[in-house]
Amino acid sequence: MIRFENVSKVYARGARPALDQISLEIERGEFVFLVGASGSGKSTFLNLVLRQERPTSGQIYALGKELSQVSRWKVPHLRRQIGTVFQDFQLLSNKTVFENVAIAPQVIGKPRHHILTAVPEVLELVGLDGKEKRLPHELSGGEQQRVAIARAMVNRPAVLLADEPTGNLDPTTSIGIMRLLDRINRTGTTIVMATHDDEIVDQMRKRVVELSGGVMVRDQSRGVYGASR
Amino acid sequence: MRLRFVLSQTFQGLSRNLAMTVSVILVTFVSLTFVGAAALLQIQVGNLKNDWYDKVEVSAFMCPANSATPACAGGEATQEQVDAIGELLASESMAPYVDEVYLESKEDAFEAFQEQMADTVWAQSLTVEQMQVSYRVKLVDPEQYQIVADELEGRPGVEVVVDQREQLEPLFLILNRTTLLSVGLAGVMIVTAVLLITTTIRLSAMSRRRETGIMRLVGASNLFIQLPFMLEGAIAALIGAVLSVGGLFLGVRYLVEDWLAGSTPWVQFVDTGDVLTVAPFLVLAAILLAGISSIVTLGRYTKV
Repeated sequence: MIRFENVSKVYARGARPALDQISLEIERGEFVFLVGASGSGKSTFLNLVLRQERPTSGQIYALGKELSQVSRWKVPHLRRQIGTVFQDFQLLSNKTVFENVAIAPQVIGKPRHHILTAVPEVLELVGLDGKEKRLPHELSGGEQQRVAIARAMVNRPAVLLADEPTGNLDPTTSIGIMRLLDRINRTGTTIVMATHDDEIVDQMRKRVVELSGGVMVRDQSRGVYGASR
Repeated sequence: MRLRFVLSQTFQGLSRNLAMTVSVILVTFVSLTFVGAAALLQIQVGNLKNDWYDKVEVSAFMCPANSATPACAGGEATQEQVDAIGELLASESMAPYVDEVYLESKEDAFEAFQEQMADTVWAQSLTVEQMQVSYRVKLVDPEQYQIVADELEGRPGVEVVVDQREQLEPLFLILNRTTLLSVGLAGVMIVTAVLLITTTIRLSAMSRRRETGIMRLVGASNLFIQLPFMLEGAIAALIGAVLSVGGLFLGVRYLVEDWLAGSTPWVQFVDTGDVLTVAPFLVLAAILLAGISSIVTLGRYTKV
């Protein structure tokens, strides 16, 4: 599903690389935690998959394509198959829950009747049925993140990238979000989640990829947050 | 669904920056009015040239008796000299330039003078003998006056060659200078319009940065993201163009057709039909203006 081959990313000439010779493969349907301190290269990893950034060297394959071969105008098509969730939710504050989720099918030209069925469906999946008309500020943090997950999932992407999705949430709410992500993963969606949250990683017992200073220091199936523990 | 989404985004943008939208409309309106005015002035110049150049002729005056001009030191032009000029004008070498030649005798000149100056002291005091013979030459192309004049001037018996067109030149000069002024002002206004449209689009793009970022993330194509901004500029510019066409139309209708044409009926003025001929070009100019501005601006927001 996602394969990195000797990928390096250097932002400024002469600077320490943000990613250094990373090679790994993520299979279809896997759930992978990307762990490491701030600045270890987790966000760069996700941005490379999204083709927000291009690698300085090496090849990245995602969804069967070598990303440097994907032309600029094809990039949107690539992104339609990748859902994204962020720490800060990235919701539009002047739009309702329904509108915030509907924007994803709208911008790729899905017909109205499709949107009218797909959006309530995905809202039910994330447990927000009945809150379609609320505005983001009327929701709790956990609920806002559910809206963001609904938006990421409404077009049924093959991959979901999550950049610290529980970073702004309290532990109880975080567990709820993780259950939701786990459920989504069980339906076949590949999930890559960058996180700091050791408790969650330890509880979930999924594959853990640890980055440190841009170098991959660990790739462990059913791993925990800290290697020492 | 898509179209409706793009249009709703466009109108949201237009109403969110209402003051900017209005200023884009006004600047486009003023600049295109100047462009249109310049075009109409040139049409007017063309009309006048068509009208008057057909009527103007080159006159070659033969020496009268008692002329003080050095060219006529030999006294009144003889019949041979008059005939020689007539032959020259009819000759093959002059044929490409000369359309028609008409010899005005002293008697003809006297009659025409009497008619024009009837009831004045001049008419009564002049005699036939004081008039002079002249050739009235109609040219194939009035612009080639100089060639004919060079050929005639200095020949024995020719006093002076006069191009009637010269008398119209000051008028054309004024019209052309006005056109130039209008084009100059239009140029300044167009630069203002481009800068203003660029700023408006940038402002609009900045205020919707979050939204476009999210759209990009969920896989919206560049065109889809940019189209609302382009349409915003285009719609404002188009409204400006329509206003300028309306302004020119009313101006020509009331100032030229009703007032000028009424007071000087012998001149063929531009009419509202000419405004409608210019109108599509003004609209096209508005679209180009907005189009170029948005391409320049949005180039920076297209990073995928």
